[in-house]
Amino acid sequence: MFTGEVSQAEAGSQGVPTSYASGANGSRTRKAPRLASTETDEMHWVACMARVRDHADQAAFAALFRHFAPRVKGFLMKSGASEALAEECMQDVMATVWTKAALFDPARASLATWVFTIARNRRIDAFRRDRRPEPEDLTWGPESEPDQADVMAFQQEAERLAAAIADLPDKQRDLIERAYFGDLSHSEIAEATGLPLGTIKSRIRLALDRLRHALT
Amino acid sequence: MSIVHHLPDTILMAYAAGNLPEAFGLVVATHVSLCDDCRTRLQAFEAVGGTVLESAGAAAVSEDSLAATMRLIASRAKDPIKARMPASAVFPAPLRDYVGGDLDAVRWRSVAGGVRQAILASSRSGSVRLLYIPGGAAMPDHGHRGTEMTMVLKGAFRDADGRFARGDVEVATEATSHTPVAEAGEDCVCLAATDAPLRFSGLIPRIVQPFFRI
Repeated sequence: MFTGEVSQAEAGSQGVPTSYASGANGSRTRKAPRLASTETDEMHWVACMARVRDHADQAAFAALFRHFAPRVKGFLMKSGASEALAEECMQDVMATVWTKAALFDPARASLATWVFTIARNRRIDAFRRDRRPEPEDLTWGPESEPDQADVMAFQQEAERLAAAIADLPDKQRDLIERAYFGDLSHSEIAEATGLPLGTIKSRIRLALDRLRHALT
Repeated sequence: MSIVHHLPDTILMAYAAGNLPEAFGLVVATHVSLCDDCRTRLQAFEAVGGTVLESAGAAAVSEDSLAATMRLIASRAKDPIKARMPASAVFPAPLRDYVGGDLDAVRWRSVAGGVRQAILASSRSGSVRLLYIPGGAAMPDHGHRGTEMTMVLKGAFRDADGRFARGDVEVATEATSHTPVAEAGEDCVCLAATDAPLRFSGLIPRIVQPFFRI
């Protein structure tokens, strides 16, 4: 049974905050902000992911699981999976969240976005024989990490995008949902474009440019 | 590298939504590997998917779901991070995965007039292949049923829509009938995907078509 949202106090009391900026070798000087009650949901998930990645923290993972597992399963069922298949694929998706934790870049994606991409790929594997070619990964190496200020700015932008999409007319939002549940072909999808993506694009681009710079 | 011709929003959004046929998906993955503009736009469309996942509703999970997931995790190794593309590679990683190597690993088949091709994947949803066009040579004139995406990997070609060099993508639709000509000098290598068989306007290529699956 879905037990509802984990409270931030619950996860916070387990010392969740390890920032992406503090860096294992202390190469960065910026101090991570403490988790406070004013912390946004998105930053909370970012902190949980850092715990999973750096400390294999099962309590932080359990918090993520309680929030995302029911959503992933709901997403897969709305995409046409049976309850049993959705449960199986969901567990696989959540296991991938753990094993690929190092690939999550909070300067370019909210955790919901990253989990969505894993669930989408799993759906493709489950529903059709086609392969899904993936772009070459761009990841921060062990020595460098995104700047905490960039991470916070991006996560705020992701929350603004969610609010902007929630405010769209029902008809357009419905079309967007159908597109992401896999119900629209690329020729049908044209009507669903024209989304308020200008500012989030600038943030992603900035993060990509910094990552490219760090890679060279 | 300065890429001039990018992927259209509809293609990027369909790829982000996970509903683009494999043949086009390979062109998208290959282009995005070289183009941070399109990588940015793709990730913005994926962010929309994140909001859909977050808001579209939860389903009750089984009672031992978390425990089962932890057992699954324990049975797996952490994913190693893949090696980056060698700077000298012509093919980005997703394309190298299909070819089994870089340009020198392609198993070409002659088509006509010095043009060669290698089919990478073909199914009812479409096909994707590499094309090798000698410098100065033309592709046979062809119209399309459906959509065709062509990305340049090496050299350059020109047609009525302009000049296309490494990284550039041309998206042609039903209405397009074009004759790409490789620029003189360097031979041109392209990745081309269609969601329907091409049709050629010349008689001989039309006869040849069923045999060569061009």
